[in-house]
Amino acid sequence: MAWRREEMAQRAAREIEPGSIVNLGIGLPTLIADYLPESLGVWLHSENGLLGIGPFPFEGDEDPQLINAGKQTITFMTGAATFDSAMSFAMIRGGHVDLAIMGGMQVAENGDLANWAVPGGKTTGVGGAMDLSSGCRRVVILMTHATKEGEPKLVRQCNYPLTARGVVSRVITDLGVVDVTPEGFRLVERAPGVSADEVRRLSGAPLLG
Amino acid sequence: MDGRHRDKVRTTAEEALEGLNDGASIMVGGFGLCGNPEALIAGVVARGPRNLTLISNNAGNLGKGLATWLKAGLIRKVMCSYLGTNDDLHRAMASGEVEVEVIPQGTLVERIRAGGAGIPAFYTPTGVGTVIADGKEVREIDGREYVLERAIKADFALVRGKVGDPFGNMRFWRTARNFNPIMATAARTTIAEVDHMVSLGDIDPDEVHLSGIFIHRVIEVPDHEDSFEYRTVRPRPTRRVDEGG
Repeated sequence: MAWRREEMAQRAAREIEPGSIVNLGIGLPTLIADYLPESLGVWLHSENGLLGIGPFPFEGDEDPQLINAGKQTITFMTGAATFDSAMSFAMIRGGHVDLAIMGGMQVAENGDLANWAVPGGKTTGVGGAMDLSSGCRRVVILMTHATKEGEPKLVRQCNYPLTARGVVSRVITDLGVVDVTPEGFRLVERAPGVSADEVRRLSGAPLLG
Repeated sequence: MDGRHRDKVRTTAEEALEGLNDGASIMVGGFGLCGNPEALIAGVVARGPRNLTLISNNAGNLGKGLATWLKAGLIRKVMCSYLGTNDDLHRAMASGEVEVEVIPQGTLVERIRAGGAGIPAFYTPTGVGTVIADGKEVREIDGREYVLERAIKADFALVRGKVGDPFGNMRFWRTARNFNPIMATAARTTIAEVDHMVSLGDIDPDEVHLSGIFIHRVIEVPDHEDSFEYRTVRPRPTRRVDEGG
């Protein structure tokens, strides 16, 4: 059985070291916050200018001027700090954010990442994805293993516009966990009941291990 | 000639926007609809300048904020990081009416910061090996490649703060700070819209987020729409009777 979205998020939460600074991308990665107990001492960074994201507000307490990078209303974690966008991206570019977990469209076996534009598709813009993927100390991608049409998203070479070159260290999908190594992709974990053959069949590049 | 740092307080957006004319380049603070100078944005629509270059992270959303400039046909070019679900911008771009330059968010804010800080250009790792680096100098420094990005300045910056004084010293609220204090530094004329105007000296010097040196005109606007884009909540736990209090 492939992992469901919640299970993918739960697995991704295990990538997060206690006492670290983490930026979670929009969409699926946002769910990871549900699996981070406060005792872990993890600080969630939001590139619009906040360190210390708390849970969604109680109904009636929401403030339109307290939002995450996905423009959802949020709260402060105890000890949070706000700052301007230049300071926020200094934290990112300067290597002060330990880990970024982002969505992906394609990851290549050399760690190249494509996650901001589809060739010939509508331009939605890049937001902070290029800064996060080239600036954070470690980049983990959380995505389905293949597209809805069954096209592999783990590829030898990206043919979608790149977000950053050679930055991805690990990919967590609905089928398992794949590391990017100097020798190429390595399958390090499989979702329960998913065979290595099944993972390979939906991958566009060789998988070691 | 007198300096520009006396008598900065204006009473209406119309007054504050004097001199903002056709062809101007304008930075507008906000992250989506969060932290927008709403009265100044509406004031520009009323004034009706054309062929504007807009520098802003999103250029509005949901038909609101800076999307009203797009609907009114005021804009020729947008420099932004994210279009997302901004249908007005997608439409204006598809029709060729508006040129859009997509800039990574951190590069966008740093180009503005550089513009305000007297730095003409800088090397950044963001965008190396991507379309963002096309036509730009790429240089290896200490074993890593960087792309040269140029500073951005503008004729006007329109910014929003929570509290301001008559000199333009400002404080911001929550994540509404975002691009506002940075854009304020990079324009020839910066106009601030604050929720509350206080007297000079009411903001403790150590509590000032942005010095009034960057502000040339300031208006007080107590009421704002402050629209939600995505209102996400969790249910309030119902208090059990035996918990008391």
